[in-house]
Amino acid sequence: MFAPLIIPDKPASRAAVQGSLTAPAPRPPSPAIARLRERIARIEHLHPRDPSRPLSLPFGIEAIDQALPTGGIRLGALHETASAGPDTEHAAAATLFVAGILARRDGPVLWVLRQADLFAPGLAGAGLQPDRVIFAEAGKQVLPVMEEGLRQSGLAAVVAEYTGKLSLLASRRLQLAAEQSGILALLIRRSPGFDDPALNEPTAAITRWRIAALPSPPALPQAPDTPGLGRARWQLELTRCRGGEPRSWNVEACDATGRLGLVPDIADRSVKAA
Amino acid sequence: MRRVVSVWFPTLPTDRLRQPENANTAASPPLVIVAARLLTAVDAAAAALGLRPGMNLAQAQALVPGLAVQGANPPADAAALARLAEMGLHYAPLAAPDPPDGLWIDVTGSTHLHGGETRLLRDLLRRLRAQGWAAHAAVADTPAVAHAMARFGGGGVVLPDAGVMAGLPIEALRLPPETLADLRLMGFERVGPLAAAALAPLVRRFGPLLARRLDQAAGTLFEPITPIVPPALIQARLAFMEPLLTAEAFSAVIVQLVDSVRGDLERAERGARRLDLLFERVDRSVQAIRVGTARPVRDAHHLGRMLDERLERVDPGLGVEAMHLIVAAADPLAFVQTASSLVAEPSPDIAKLVDRLTNRLGEAQIYRIAPVQSDVPERSLRRVPALSPVAPNVTAAWPADWPRPVRLIDPPQPIEAMALLPDQPPVAFTWRRVRHLVRHADGPERIAGEWWKRDREWLSVRDYFRVEDEAGRRFWLFRRGDGSDTDTGDMRWFLHGVF
Repeated sequence: MFAPLIIPDKPASRAAVQGSLTAPAPRPPSPAIARLRERIARIEHLHPRDPSRPLSLPFGIEAIDQALPTGGIRLGALHETASAGPDTEHAAAATLFVAGILARRDGPVLWVLRQADLFAPGLAGAGLQPDRVIFAEAGKQVLPVMEEGLRQSGLAAVVAEYTGKLSLLASRRLQLAAEQSGILALLIRRSPGFDDPALNEPTAAITRWRIAALPSPPALPQAPDTPGLGRARWQLELTRCRGGEPRSWNVEACDATGRLGLVPDIADRSVKAA
Repeated sequence: MRRVVSVWFPTLPTDRLRQPENANTAASPPLVIVAARLLTAVDAAAAALGLRPGMNLAQAQALVPGLAVQGANPPADAAALARLAEMGLHYAPLAAPDPPDGLWIDVTGSTHLHGGETRLLRDLLRRLRAQGWAAHAAVADTPAVAHAMARFGGGGVVLPDAGVMAGLPIEALRLPPETLADLRLMGFERVGPLAAAALAPLVRRFGPLLARRLDQAAGTLFEPITPIVPPALIQARLAFMEPLLTAEAFSAVIVQLVDSVRGDLERAERGARRLDLLFERVDRSVQAIRVGTARPVRDAHHLGRMLDERLERVDPGLGVEAMHLIVAAADPLAFVQTASSLVAEPSPDIAKLVDRLTNRLGEAQIYRIAPVQSDVPERSLRRVPALSPVAPNVTAAWPADWPRPVRLIDPPQPIEAMALLPDQPPVAFTWRRVRHLVRHADGPERIAGEWWKRDREWLSVRDYFRVEDEAGRRFWLFRRGDGSDTDTGDMRWFLHGVF
């Protein structure tokens, strides 16, 4: 019924295969598969220690939430995000994506920076109010400070901006710290180069997201010559997901409350060549 | 034999205004202190110009043009005196303020520690003068004699039973001014004749105070002084049979010390703000580590961990034979109920995390962002300490209708841009040698300079545009100048942020 998913390995080929990356309709899993998944989930500590607390933070978009084994961004786990292409250096799209996730959750957030180029009014524009965020300029100690934050209860999430190689050992340590405390850990990978191979090396993060900007449609589709900017669009790529499959969606960027929107006209049929 | 030091601060109110903590008040000499239009104190420069306490302010200002005048503040003077009394505790365990302008220090049995009375007085006066306090001091065997000699006898060491009081003026007896005036009318100038006169008629006329002062001066009536209680430091010290060398051993000791300090803090209902841990090494030198907390803390685990993290800075040398933990600063910390089904879920406490990050990275590195009422993007925010309360709904200060980039490129990077008309966004721009074609754009958003800050901002203008290139990336560009008048800017284009 549907062609098997093809995940582009190079950003250059992404535009070409965009059309084939449409979301297949979810299939209800057979009972045997469900049982197996249950067992794997138990092995992987996918169940919350405290059943009264939510396990994950849904995006509110069915297509994305169904692709994630916990029905959303899992709390108490490490997630990696990065921007694609020339934005890898500033990671603006990835930062907005993270700010949008945090905007949909309450509680204080620790944001570990290497250098201070973050602009708080921009975060507030994605719904993350500045009174919730404690910034820590950690220089070279980004990962130790992140772990410190994860081992401390009371935070809703810890965000770290990290440039450089992330070893499996280090990411495993962060993942375990997040698992123990139940704090959401989000890592924004930055790199001065476009296609840094270090960003593709395996880590212990349970999901890995790659966000690329897409050309947005005119602000007024019926009058394309009217000047103005509509809502930005992203290609949201789930390049790795423990217990799930890599997927890709075209979405509308975060609004003022941090919510994404699925792009309707591309989700259902292939897009014409731009 | 009792020995008492009396210290006299002849210009206490003016000296207090010259202390570093009062640096913002106008205290340039000549300075006078005024209450109810009358001079209550004058500094040395004003006294040299002929001003005296009790003078009318108008008269003083007529005599000395450009006189600095400050209002009297007796509570602040009393507080300064209390602090000076704490300093007196350095010399002896008993010290007390002697209002309005003096100190008592009962140095009985402690002068040998400072090399005798003469050296003690010299050291005391040197310290006070170094801190900007004019002072005179005398030591005698009764408070009354010491008090009188400090003020009227030139100070110094008064030997027991020297009989110096007889030659002093009757003002030295600490009597009310009206009594003194009447005694002078009766012909008494010095203490000696007054003490020799028949006491009964004088007491009948002036009251029992006169007799008491004479007895105190003669040393026949004991005059107690009420010492201030030294600020109790909460501390714990542990000495070891064998010198310790390893970090593990230090950690174990820290657990014990912190536990003992925690009990004391609990009884005092206080929480530590600053902890000093001293390592007394076998070679008699002392190593110290100090940790601070953002809020009063009594949690032994938290305090212990903060000290542990600092252990790497300690050089144990040949070994540490004792460790001494001092709560150098503590603030009240009452017990609070943290869990109950009746109260709401407590807001999570992040003070511990802030403490640990602050001790790790430094105070300036942990902060929150608060908005500032300014339209210039770089000035629209400021850093505030992480635990300071930020008013909710703070985004009111940031324009909600005009989206701001999530990364600010500071300073703005110059770009080559091409725009068709001054009011229009560029059609293309080159940033870092990469050419971007603008597909969509929004703007201009004109931000004018804040002319009230600097004259040069009077005319300066920036026109901001949000643009999207052919790949969908969004940038925040601005042109310096309004596009027509070169006085407002040089029309160059800059990239100020990415969305």
